[in-house]
Amino acid sequence: MTVAAAAQPTSSATMFSPRWIADHLSRWPLHIAVIGLTAAWMVPTIGLLVSSFRPFSGQATSGWWTAFANPTTFTISNYTQVLSAGTTNLGQAFFNSFMISVPATVLPVSIGAFAAYPFAWMKFPGRNGLFLALVGLLAVPLQLTFIPVLSFYVQHLHWTTNNLEATGIPGLPWVPLWLAHAGYGLPFSIYLLANFFRALPSDLFESAEIDGAGTLTVFFRIVLPLSVPALASLVIFQFLWVWNDLLVALIYVGGTPSVAPLTVNLAGLTTSLGQGSNLLTAAAFFSMIVPLIVFLSLQRYFVRGILAGSVKG
Amino acid sequence: MSSVTYDHVVKRYTADITVVKDMYVEIKDKEFMVLVGPSGCGKSTALRMLAGLESITEGEIRIGDRVVNNVAAKDRDIAMVFQSYALYPHMSVFDNMAFPLQMAHMKKPEIDKRVRSASKILGLDNFLSRKPRALSGGQRQRVALGRAIVRSPKVFLLDEPLSNLDAKLRGQTRIELQKLHRELETTFIYVTHDQVEAMTMGDRIAIMNAGILQQVGTPGEVYDHPANLFVAGFIGTPTMNFVPVTTSDSSAKASGFELKLPKAVPAGKGMLGFRPEALTDKPSDVSTLEMKVDVVERLGSDQFLYGQVGGDAVTARVDPRMKVEPGDTAKLGLDVRGLHLFDAQTETAFF
Amino acid sequence: MDFSLLLQDIPTLLVVILGVPVVLAAYIVGGEYLVRRLPDKNRPQVRPWIWVGPALILVAAYLLIPAILTAIQSLESNNVDVLDPGTWGTNFVGFKNFARQFADFPTGGAWVAIRNNVIFWLIFYTIFTLIFGLILAVLFDRVKYEQFVKSLIFMPMAISSVALGLIWDFMYEYQPPGEPQTGTMNALVTTLFHHDPVSWLQDQWPGESFNLLNNLALIGAATWGITGFAMVILSAALKGIPGELLEAARVDGAGEITVFRRVILPLMMPTIVVVGTTLVIFALKAFDVVYVMTSGNYNTDVLAYRMYNQLYLASNSGGASAVAIILLVAVVPVLIFNLRQFRAVEARR
Ligand SMILES: Nc1ncnc2c1ncn2[C@@H]1O[C@H](COP(=O)(O)OP(=O)(O)O)[C@@H](O)[C@H]1O
Ligand SMILES: [Mg+2]
Repeated sequence: MTVAAAAQPTSSATMFSPRWIADHLSRWPLHIAVIGLTAAWMVPTIGLLVSSFRPFSGQATSGWWTAFANPTTFTISNYTQVLSAGTTNLGQAFFNSFMISVPATVLPVSIGAFAAYPFAWMKFPGRNGLFLALVGLLAVPLQLTFIPVLSFYVQHLHWTTNNLEATGIPGLPWVPLWLAHAGYGLPFSIYLLANFFRALPSDLFESAEIDGAGTLTVFFRIVLPLSVPALASLVIFQFLWVWNDLLVALIYVGGTPSVAPLTVNLAGLTTSLGQGSNLLTAAAFFSMIVPLIVFLSLQRYFVRGILAGSVKG
Repeated sequence: MSSVTYDHVVKRYTADITVVKDMYVEIKDKEFMVLVGPSGCGKSTALRMLAGLESITEGEIRIGDRVVNNVAAKDRDIAMVFQSYALYPHMSVFDNMAFPLQMAHMKKPEIDKRVRSASKILGLDNFLSRKPRALSGGQRQRVALGRAIVRSPKVFLLDEPLSNLDAKLRGQTRIELQKLHRELETTFIYVTHDQVEAMTMGDRIAIMNAGILQQVGTPGEVYDHPANLFVAGFIGTPTMNFVPVTTSDSSAKASGFELKLPKAVPAGKGMLGFRPEALTDKPSDVSTLEMKVDVVERLGSDQFLYGQVGGDAVTARVDPRMKVEPGDTAKLGLDVRGLHLFDAQTETAFF
Repeated sequence: MDFSLLLQDIPTLLVVILGVPVVLAAYIVGGEYLVRRLPDKNRPQVRPWIWVGPALILVAAYLLIPAILTAIQSLESNNVDVLDPGTWGTNFVGFKNFARQFADFPTGGAWVAIRNNVIFWLIFYTIFTLIFGLILAVLFDRVKYEQFVKSLIFMPMAISSVALGLIWDFMYEYQPPGEPQTGTMNALVTTLFHHDPVSWLQDQWPGESFNLLNNLALIGAATWGITGFAMVILSAALKGIPGELLEAARVDGAGEITVFRRVILPLMMPTIVVVGTTLVIFALKAFDVVYVMTSGNYNTDVLAYRMYNQLYLASNSGGASAVAIILLVAVVPVLIFNLRQFRAVEARR
């Protein structure tokens, strides 16, 4: 071993040679810190996860960590109870969340892409001023807008959940929420996409112009296909934000079970269930399924989107 | 007819930024015209005005007899190859070349035929389904050419198409481009900052500096009869030697020598120019220069001497068999037929 | 779970999923078709407005105009229809709404909310997140399994604040002394420190007028959720620092701590500022965690929750508007800073 190591002084220390061991020992504190911190970070989630598989009696009288001493007590009854129709409306809320999130994602992303294109590649008076105003609106608290929008909905359009449901048109009760999410999501959407579009090489646009491509062709056949990474990250962002949103949903559709999303339902459960808090753990985990799937499968895009939006800006 | 005329064209961005100044040049049908000049002198701008990518501030650009000032880029019947190639990264080679034809609403079989014949000419047959990122620099460059060829445009515009290639490939592609020009029998307008490219490729060369067209002529003309000091210094490597002189009638006096000029000029200050190869190792009685040699470069076929004549730096290109060492003083002859004289003030050539 | 409902409504879902993009595409294609009918000269003037039009209308309708109307409303009594300009001024009460909010310094409800937002949340949430994010980014940068641990830290970003609140409710659970503790935090406190269990969300230590503890408990939960965001951005900035620079410093004899302080930190400063600004805005807008965990009780109220409370529980739209304006005023410096930064970045383009 040592001979071989001596014979190749330039290569890194051979495995299990004294130097290798020394190198790796000195890195132990680092690994311990990294793994320790990560584990600590996971404790809250793991605690809830373990709790969600414990019966009410266990949850109420002992900590989740004691359950491992007695694994036979694990049960899925919390999940079966919370998912059974009637008690919690979780199924309806789950569907509602989809009905809210999909259009409330498509609208701001597409309309934002339309708007970002001229901001990046057309010249028109007021362009820079408008863009600056959009950047400013990124910081405006949504709370500022609720009262006028709500009273316009209710007093002028008569868009209350009851009225809209009474029309019998499917999907209509969520229109107020879709539009609101579109309005709220647009500044970020335009900001991120315009920055991305602007970074595309101008040669491509000029080449396309000479090739005879019109505005629509350039947009749909060149800009959009090249912007898939930005569009994907924006879609994930907006989808997660809408899916996880509590405040906007609470304001515009309130707690009506037939239209309220999972977050509102879950927040309602925290007060209504009271002692049935064992069900809450299962409900909470149920509510995380979709965002976690979206997040884990598209994590790369999500991270890239964050970076495009904040570091470059 | 696909001649191109720049008729006193001006490009101004703002009142005090004029990038192209009163440019007049006629480019003949089927000609290979090279627009050459240092970076930032306005070559690309001139080309882009012709392409329809920049507006024209003053003057007219005509393709054939048609004034194209207000014609959209796509309707000018031109094709352009960009320095960056501007290939659509998400499209295959085939789709890249088919794109302009699709935009012209051409029928599918016709598109197919044209793309295939172009790819045959350029040797791209085997790469048609690849994306640009899976191609080498030279292949990408050929796809860019292919995209221009398929349209059979009246005029080809090329903006520094070789500058992203390595030296060897650049040499090959230069030859291929000339072949292509002969085969296609179309007008080529080629922009470069590299005077070697200009000299080797152009039927004629237009030399630009600071937005002003300096001289238009065949490579021979601009080499042998530069119109002014800028052209003389820009064309040819190593560059022409310049020695300040005082002229009186038909003789010129420099710091290290004096000689008779072939033509009479007004008395005054001037700049004498002669190329390194105008110096020989055979001193003649007409004019002999004594050169204090500082550096000797032997390149096999050539021998370059760098040194001083009087107080002026001079480069000489002499027979490689001449024996000379740094520190020597070499006696060199100057071929008077290779002499140029420029007005010190206006920098224009007397001869 | 009632799956029949899902199945029965899937057509609706499909109509919506397909319908919305079709309508949008039709709009833009139709718009472009109309633009092409125009004379050449007018096209470049009209076209951009067709493309940005829908966005501008939505942003104006949902953000700009409502924000202005709220400002007006905050000066009116509750009986005003803020959407009807005819009624503006008829119930003008000047700054009475504000005066009422600002009553009883420092124990009045708005004061508590302002203190919590502008002092506790703004300082601790921002600083904790930045420090954790920075530590994690720097440590993770040195191990091979970086991606894996990063996703674990980042994961809370994907869950809703409601779920996050629940998770931390369980962490902070309290049982009277002597009973077995069910909350993780109290289990640690009692077994490791032999201290009495703490009622984290209710305990107003060190005093009612400065109840740091339960506010910190809320802030801790929120920090846990957002640290992944800060870590990812800071880690990207860290990777942007050329390795040669760090090596040069090490060759010059700098220890790891010095390298971090004198080279890494200054180079990351612009990014830290961007992340910090974003966090400040998040801190000022905090709502969900408070809503789920304490409903603003025990002096943990924040402005966003107070506004919601005034609007729905107290039916006081004038008061709610006033709170919203207070929130805006708190954000304005950040907004101005943001615009400055943006201008500076644009200038360098
Ligand atoms: N939009 C613009 N505004 C002002 N000046 C410009 C603009 N575009 C180019 N220029 C200037 O015009 C000059 C000529 O540019 P260009 O034609 O690209 O030169 P080159 O000969 O290198 O191709 C440069 O000095 C450049 O800075
Ligand atoms: Mg150029």
